Amino acid sequence: MSPGEHTMTANAVSAKKSDAEAVRSAWRPRLELRRLQGRLFFFATLTAILFALGALVFLMSSIWIDGNESLSIEFLMSFPSRFAAKAGIKSALYGSAWIAVLTAAFAVPIGVGAALYLEEFAEDSKLRRVIDINIANLAGVPSIVYGMLGLAVFVRFMALDRSLIAGAMTMSILILPIIIVASREALKAVPRSIRLAAYGLGATNWQTVRAHVLPSAMPGIMTGIILSMSRATGETAPLIMIGALSYIAFTPTSPMDSFTVLPIQVFNWANRPQEEFHALAAGGIVVLLGVLLATNAIAIVIRYRYQRKSSW
Amino acid sequence: MSATRIKIAKLEEAVVRRVLFVCAGFSIAVTAGIIAVLVGETAAFFAEVSPLEFFGTTTWAPLFDPRHFGVLPLICGTFLISAGAGLVGIPAGLGAAIFLNDYAPSWLRGWVKPILELLAGVPTVVYGYFAVTTITPLLRQVLPQTEVFNAASAAIVVGIMVLPMVASLCDDALRAVPRAIREGGYALGATKFEVTTRVTVPAALSGIVASFILAISRAFGETMAVALAAGSTPKMTLNPLESIQTLTGYIVQVSMGDTPHGTVEYRSIFAVGMLLFVITIGFNILAHYLVRRFRSQYE
Repeated sequence: MSPGEHTMTANAVSAKKSDAEAVRSAWRPRLELRRLQGRLFFFATLTAILFALGALVFLMSSIWIDGNESLSIEFLMSFPSRFAAKAGIKSALYGSAWIAVLTAAFAVPIGVGAALYLEEFAEDSKLRRVIDINIANLAGVPSIVYGMLGLAVFVRFMALDRSLIAGAMTMSILILPIIIVASREALKAVPRSIRLAAYGLGATNWQTVRAHVLPSAMPGIMTGIILSMSRATGETAPLIMIGALSYIAFTPTSPMDSFTVLPIQVFNWANRPQEEFHALAAGGIVVLLGVLLATNAIAIVIRYRYQRKSSW
Repeated sequence: MSATRIKIAKLEEAVVRRVLFVCAGFSIAVTAGIIAVLVGETAAFFAEVSPLEFFGTTTWAPLFDPRHFGVLPLICGTFLISAGAGLVGIPAGLGAAIFLNDYAPSWLRGWVKPILELLAGVPTVVYGYFAVTTITPLLRQVLPQTEVFNAASAAIVVGIMVLPMVASLCDDALRAVPRAIREGGYALGATKFEVTTRVTVPAALSGIVASFILAISRAFGETMAVALAAGSTPKMTLNPLESIQTLTGYIVQVSMGDTPHGTVEYRSIFAVGMLLFVITIGFNILAHYLVRRFRSQYE
């Protein structure tokens, strides 16, 4: 308010007064009602969060109830079978392990390399923006579409057939955006002063990155890699697309062998009408979730330790 | 440092730079590959089936004679699932985000956020199993006319699946609203409810709406839960208690059988995949545009 406004004429003062009276007579804070509204809203949001947590508890408990009786050493060490009592997940476990290792072998170097280029080497900001947009869009593509790419390019065009290697290549292009995004975040968090110190000592860009930036960013990059591996272990649709089979009664011995993985085995059993196969599916899910939980726990531990240690 | 060592270091730098450039370019090659494969096979498909039949008729029966390639029932089924999932996941996700932001003490927040991440990390095939063995029997107890495979049960689990994503994105958007703006609301005498609904949520609206669109897009492309629980009956219906088929469900159904390469059935999955790709990319571009265009800057 400017000082001039204080010097009002008598008329204006009386007008203000009647305004003030009008305001006072219209002043109905209705506090009770508004507080009630607030309480109802609180309960609505509380319901939402309880719904989310309840869904998780319900999901986990119903799967545990269905599946715990299937769990046994024989279940882990038997091949799938037409007879529910004899069926197991041995080939699926081996297949999932093969896929995880091969996928990491393809995706980690390319993903981390791409992140290094974009954060540490690229000068052309236009190219960087194009790749940025491209990666953001790739992350939104449904996983089954990656399966179609795998089917057309790896299975048919490169004639890799329904092999582990075709599956792993398909999975690696699926998780590439995740690795790139996580690695870039980790690289961005490394302070500029570390790079400048290395340059000051005469290091080239690559020497700086290899000896200082990359080691500092490693925990963050590892976390991203582990989370992306857990994503790859749980994915089903792309591998169904490339024709991973559900009935495999041997363990793969080379990357060219055909294979099955845990989620596909689960899908196959869940797709059957018989109850006893549903119990097997639930058993498979318990194993799958156990593996994923353990992987994610490792990622969380790494993140936690990293947060405590680095203090820049 | 001797001259040769400097030379080697410079050479190394140049080589590494090129190698890393190729890595970065790879993601563009992947996009190009996806588009090339989809466009190529879709073009071959439309050489045999007229686009008029594909987009204009309402019978989808590509696997038996007489064949019909009207894709509308699949689109209808997919929309039914997305709408149902949105109905379940969006209000609950936004509500959870508001609770975490405005009501939860920080220790509770610290516990609940990782648990929600856990929910997001559960593989989709697990949700499919859950739908078939738990949600569907429950629905059938309440509404006995529910079919064994039905859209509702799939939509509910897909809704639970997108909930953590909505919650986490909305939470980020709400947290980005500066504290000073909220305090301004309180200073004017607003209640917490009023500050949330008239200050915080409107200020974060672009991010919130973007999260809704991404959730719908995710539900649109969701495959395994739908393939297990929603059935495989392409149908123009809006009744969620009936068996339907989605775009993704059809693709899975064909690829589980032994469809020979080069047949029109084989190509039809690419035409359907192309549609799926175009629609989900459209949703994603819209979401990113909204965030960029309507983001309020507060500094």
